Amino acid sequence: MKYVIIGSSIAAIGCIEGIRSVDKKSEITVISKEDTFIYSRPLISYLIEEKTSLEKMRYREDDFYEKQNCKTYLGREVIKINDKNKVVILNNNEKIAYDKLMIATGSRPFIPEIKGIEKVKNKFTFMTLDDALSLKKKLTENKNVLILGAGLIGLKCAEAVMDKVKSVTVVDLAKRILPSILDEDGCKIVTKHIENKGVNLILDDSIDSIDEKNAILKSGKEIEYDIFVIAVGVRANTELAKETGLKTNRAIITDEKGKTSNKDIYAAGDCTESYDITSDDTKVLALLPNAYLKGETAGINMAGGDKTYDNAMPMNSLGLFGLHMVTAGSYEGESYIDINENETNYKRLIYKNNLLKGFIIIGDVRRCGIYTKLIREKIDLRQIDFELIKDKPQLMAFSRKYRDETLGGVK
Amino acid sequence: MKRIYVNEKWCLGCHLCEYYCAYANSNESDMVKALKNIKIRPKIKIEELNGVTSAVSCRHCNEPYCVKGCISGALSINEGVINIDKNKCIGCFTCVLSCPYGAIEPDEDGVVDKCELCMKNSFGSPQCVKGCPNNAIVYEERG
Amino acid sequence: MAINFLYPKFEVIRNQDRCISCRVCERQCANEVHYYNEESKVMLSDESKCVCCHRCVSLCPTKALKIVKTDHTFRPHSSWNSEVIEDIYRQAETGGVLLSSMGNPKEYPVYFDKMLINASQVTNPSIDPLREPMETRVSLGKKNIDIERDENGKIVDNLPPQIKLEVPIMFSAMSYGSISYNAHESLARAAKELGIVYNTGEGGLHEDFYQYGKHTIVQVASGRFGVHKEYLNAGCAVEIKMGQGAKPGIGGHLPGEKVGEDISKTRMIPKGSDAISPAPHHDIYSIEDLRQLVFSLKEATNYTKPVIVKISAVHNVAAIASGIARSGADIIAIDGFRGGTGAAPTRIRDNVGIPIELALASVDERLRAEGIRNNVSLVVGGSIRSSADIVKAIALGADAVYIATSALMALGCHLCRNCQSGLCNWGIATQREDLVRRLNPNLGYKRVVNLINAWTHEIKEMMGGMGINSIESLKGNRLMLRGVGLNEKELEILGIKHAGE
Repeated sequence: MKYVIIGSSIAAIGCIEGIRSVDKKSEITVISKEDTFIYSRPLISYLIEEKTSLEKMRYREDDFYEKQNCKTYLGREVIKINDKNKVVILNNNEKIAYDKLMIATGSRPFIPEIKGIEKVKNKFTFMTLDDALSLKKKLTENKNVLILGAGLIGLKCAEAVMDKVKSVTVVDLAKRILPSILDEDGCKIVTKHIENKGVNLILDDSIDSIDEKNAILKSGKEIEYDIFVIAVGVRANTELAKETGLKTNRAIITDEKGKTSNKDIYAAGDCTESYDITSDDTKVLALLPNAYLKGETAGINMAGGDKTYDNAMPMNSLGLFGLHMVTAGSYEGESYIDINENETNYKRLIYKNNLLKGFIIIGDVRRCGIYTKLIREKIDLRQIDFELIKDKPQLMAFSRKYRDETLGGVK
Repeated sequence: MKRIYVNEKWCLGCHLCEYYCAYANSNESDMVKALKNIKIRPKIKIEELNGVTSAVSCRHCNEPYCVKGCISGALSINEGVINIDKNKCIGCFTCVLSCPYGAIEPDEDGVVDKCELCMKNSFGSPQCVKGCPNNAIVYEERG
Repeated sequence: MAINFLYPKFEVIRNQDRCISCRVCERQCANEVHYYNEESKVMLSDESKCVCCHRCVSLCPTKALKIVKTDHTFRPHSSWNSEVIEDIYRQAETGGVLLSSMGNPKEYPVYFDKMLINASQVTNPSIDPLREPMETRVSLGKKNIDIERDENGKIVDNLPPQIKLEVPIMFSAMSYGSISYNAHESLARAAKELGIVYNTGEGGLHEDFYQYGKHTIVQVASGRFGVHKEYLNAGCAVEIKMGQGAKPGIGGHLPGEKVGEDISKTRMIPKGSDAISPAPHHDIYSIEDLRQLVFSLKEATNYTKPVIVKISAVHNVAAIASGIARSGADIIAIDGFRGGTGAAPTRIRDNVGIPIELALASVDERLRAEGIRNNVSLVVGGSIRSSADIVKAIALGADAVYIATSALMALGCHLCRNCQSGLCNWGIATQREDLVRRLNPNLGYKRVVNLINAWTHEIKEMMGGMGINSIESLKGNRLMLRGVGLNEKELEILGIKHAGE
């Protein structure tokens, strides 16, 4: 059996580990545009912030490929998949045959059309290690940073550069920050917090035109800047899949086994869509745990094992300037809201038809995984003491039988 | 794999497991020196409700969401024991969000900490088990 | 508030340098002695509540605690000593009978400690129990002297029912109610593993423990609690309790608050009602009456179980035992004045009854003299503290001993003698669920097993030293004992010579 994996990020690593849990021997070939050690992209903001280092941020040991018996083509790009002959063709025309193929091509930053943007030299995206390293070189105390996009990437970038530059301005078209993960009340708390930390937030506005030194906003406001970071979102890398005739939507469509519409081709990670159990629909869940779990599932199935990944859902955990927030699931349904007086702690649990569907917690995030479990395993809230668990995530809200089985190992 | 099992029937809620845990992971050779005037941060914790008590620590799951979702590679499985490399952890708390038992908690350094079955400290076997006066916590191979 | 005349008996000495304020002492003290002061961040104690049970001391992870007897004193007086004074203050305050528990703590002579055991030298060899077999098994019950033969001349097995023991030790009666479910389970499991027996006491037999029936003596006492046909047939013997060493002449009283769901069911009395065992059996006023009950029980059990009659050691014990031996009973159990209890009036506990050593010697002597010793087996109890006490008791004439206090100590009892409060911190003499939980029978039964195994080794060592390889050869072998510091009368009653003779 020959396995070929396109990509070398989390879904690819998950895939390798999945394959190896079933098949210790067969050849695995990894082809990746990036020629670097194995790292996880969310760590780049921590690298700039110096909460981690090039040394520490290795997602797997440097001899990972060797130990997993993988052949690597780093710095190479797959330009075509020939699914008839089951080969992939690299940008140096080399052909590599496969029996099972994994597409883990991820996504790329979306660059919006802005008047004058092509002439801006100090512009950066914020996704790869290279992006981070080149941005880091430019950061000095007298620089003003302008970030377009107040989503996860934009704000993590703002946090990362804050202490190293003179000013940070974040502009977003949306009326509030982190719109995909926070509700309005949550936004208020986080917005207040990051503004207190010195971030200049400009919402409900966008950049109309830009030159080397200034950005003119739709509102007419003019912002002087030195470094421009574009963080308005990502687009799945689906070209290869499309050209091969695989079914795609906004991203590659797979089943619960990680398989695409071609029986020998699997896909995982940010280039795929997943079924969100909390909203009952299919969407791109560009989240690290999702990439790993799906990659691993696909790997196991590619190697002849049998695994299903059928409990994907949105899950986010992040800190911004020392304030932690966790969110999971979707937010349609009845809500239980607990907000403390000085508004630094916020909790909202969303439930529908006796199931917990989602939550947003800001501040005290301890043991919130117990809520995640309720969503993931679709536990009927009538079976637990929901009143108790609303207040604080705890196993005492479950039955004695449950605790005996989980903590006590009673079968 | 030997694992820690808690028999709630015999848990007295005395909290000694917590103190033995904190001591075992303190790097001190004397419990008084380790715990005097310290707010302990044990990796096993007693839950209490209306006189019912139980101790909760990492179950070292076979399919650990924490490890699979860890964004930094700080969590890993070593011969069945889930380890945390606090040096690598960047404190995103994705594992806190993932753990179905609430057994991974942020520590004072802003990274997470969890039970490693005392495999990495000088004791080499779970001290909560040793400290339990009523055999409510056991360390056993149950297949 | 009235003046409190009483100074705390004990002082809690906390080494603040070692205390880490983990509060385990506070959580584990049902008497609420310890508490944490948030402001000063230190543990403090209210010593007036301390009963010196050592639960806190044993659980303190840094050994920061010890309990000492207070040296606070009344002006010394050898007659009006502090205990006497305090009791008077206590009764002046409450107007009530003083209650206490476990055995008589007063300084009466302990005759076991005034007897020494023999060993072989030169003329007959001692035996190494690690190399040679040692028989410690006994069977208790009436032994027929007459040999019966059938028409073919073959010997008929006419041996009346017996209790078979691997070692001559039994756990004496403690009811479910006076001690906890977990204590009972520990004793039952230990008895099973050891091949010996435990005793239900007058509390009935919990349905969960019928599985240990072969190792159970079921008791019938004046209150008749929990007695029914299945109960009588569940055990290996039935015991009629006439008296108890700790409180001869009086009955028992389990307060209603201890009679919960389970106990009410087991005792067959309404939940929450006081379980009062009358002082006498209201149907027994003579040996003839006793005989009726003995045979009623034999009828009920189809003559398959030996019947034990248990009495406390009192002044006329030899004559009483003689009567019992003629009543049809198979075994007589005698409980000495140091025997334990879950609750007894202090004055009774401390002043009524006689030492078991003297009672045993005189009963054995009397039954031999009357030629009826083989009608019955003799079991003695009431402060058997060690294997040496057992060897001495057997040499004085006992077939086996009853132990309870030492078995409870194996389970954790620290002899704080506060059973009557129901707040036993060791989960033994309590029905409070959170306290009962503290005695895990998985651990408890092993400790009891360990104790009896250790004693068995020691008994074998002592037997081997005497050149005796069977416990039966030790029984009544008073030549193996010598007295020290005893007067002529005491030696005469004990039927032993003085050391050096």
